[in-house]
Amino acid sequence: MDRRDFLVKVVSPTAFTVALFVIWELACRLLNIPLTILPAPSDTFAALWQYRAPIIDNSWVTLWTTLAGFLLATVFGLLLGIAVGWHRAIYSGIYPVMVGFNSVPKVAVVPVLILWFGIGEVPAVLTAFLISFFPIVVNVATGLATTEPELEDVLRALGASKLDIMRKVGIPRSLPYFFGSLKVAITLAFVGAVVSETVGANKGIGKLMLDAQAAFQVPIVFAGLLVLAVLGIVLYAATALIEKRFTGWAFRGQANG
Amino acid sequence: MAYGRGATAVKAIEEVTLDIAKGEFIAVVGPSGCGKSSLMRLISGLHPPASGALTIEGKPVSGPLKSVGMAFQNSNLLPWRNALENVLLPLEIVQPYRSGFSKQKYAPKAKALLESVGLQGFVEKYPWELSGGMQQRTSICRALIHEPEMLLLDEPFGALDAFTREELWCALRDLQAARKVTVMLVTHDLREAVFLADTVYVMSDRPGRILKRCAVDIPRPRDLEVTYTQQFQDIVHELRRLIGKH
Repeated sequence: MDRRDFLVKVVSPTAFTVALFVIWELACRLLNIPLTILPAPSDTFAALWQYRAPIIDNSWVTLWTTLAGFLLATVFGLLLGIAVGWHRAIYSGIYPVMVGFNSVPKVAVVPVLILWFGIGEVPAVLTAFLISFFPIVVNVATGLATTEPELEDVLRALGASKLDIMRKVGIPRSLPYFFGSLKVAITLAFVGAVVSETVGANKGIGKLMLDAQAAFQVPIVFAGLLVLAVLGIVLYAATALIEKRFTGWAFRGQANG
Repeated sequence: MAYGRGATAVKAIEEVTLDIAKGEFIAVVGPSGCGKSSLMRLISGLHPPASGALTIEGKPVSGPLKSVGMAFQNSNLLPWRNALENVLLPLEIVQPYRSGFSKQKYAPKAKALLESVGLQGFVEKYPWELSGGMQQRTSICRALIHEPEMLLLDEPFGALDAFTREELWCALRDLQAARKVTVMLVTHDLREAVFLADTVYVMSDRPGRILKRCAVDIPRPRDLEVTYTQQFQDIVHELRRLIGKH
């Protein structure tokens, strides 16, 4: 990493984050904002440290429900995406239903899930799954559908079956789309898990924040928000890294025109 | 033969008979939209004719031909494979190579082919690391690796600059001479057609018909110098006149 790279990739984001917290702190102090409206970062971090045990405990639950839902969404989304991209008939058959399904706010589904599976982690996992599989399906199907017809011709002229074309061209070609959608999906899965926890659960960051809010422990609510933000960044970065690792050719291809 | 479906079907080609001998190099020229590419796709069997019939050696063609290699104006290389792996692709699909395919087994064959078109040292490069001409050479190698009986080329040099194009003419000329493969080249570059082909077919505007079959009796091996001779110019001139339009 040269100096310029270091400036752009390390100095700049750090400076911006620190500045944000400084402005937040100053605003709270200068404007005398009450603790119950907006706690300053110092109060928030203090709460974070004081209640670290329950926060870690609940973060763990949120993390694994998110990942479980995300994993389900990845497998299911990939399979459905391939099915949808396989044939125009499957595409036009499934697509309207999927769009309709995706338009239903998932908060509205959580009570149904709780009714079926009871209060606990299952509704959180399922909400995370339901909210995050759609972008994966759409992206995989798009990747398959946009395969150059001439390239297919080259293979078909060799007597390749549809399965051959999928294996040799369609699926590798749609991988950048797939991994790209994982970044969106992981964020959504996270949102789904937390939303489900705030509607009804006995554990998780969402539940913790709900309880803290009921007890007017606003610094804990903000500590929860902070944890969510950090977890979100970590999960996003992890999927972005996986994407780079597996589909480097797509990035290099773009960089060189 | 019509091409397309239902109301949108266009009568692309009318009564075309091509006499192609084994190992012959033929070129099909004509104005754009005359159905040259349609003709090629029909011959490859990729698109069954909507009406009419296509026969090769008296037998009707229904599906893709077993032994055809194709290359287009775009090289259509797979960006996640390097040159060698791209050339190996047909062997992963076509029998008898398919059963028992392994990269080690066929890599020398693909390397030799790539070297024969001057790509030694670029075998491990990915498509974006190759120039347009190199990509096209790789594409032609891919069309030849499984030793097809016929090579179908649809304006393979159309996107290249004039000098690279002439270089590739020579590469293709040498490949064909060495392998005795039958080649059908679709092009709108008359000099390209005359330089490379044994026989040039001129097609008319839609619906495409063969206006003339023109044997090029310039002796082989042909050097690029040939393109500046009077005989060469006369043939090109004659073809140009047949195509008409100004």
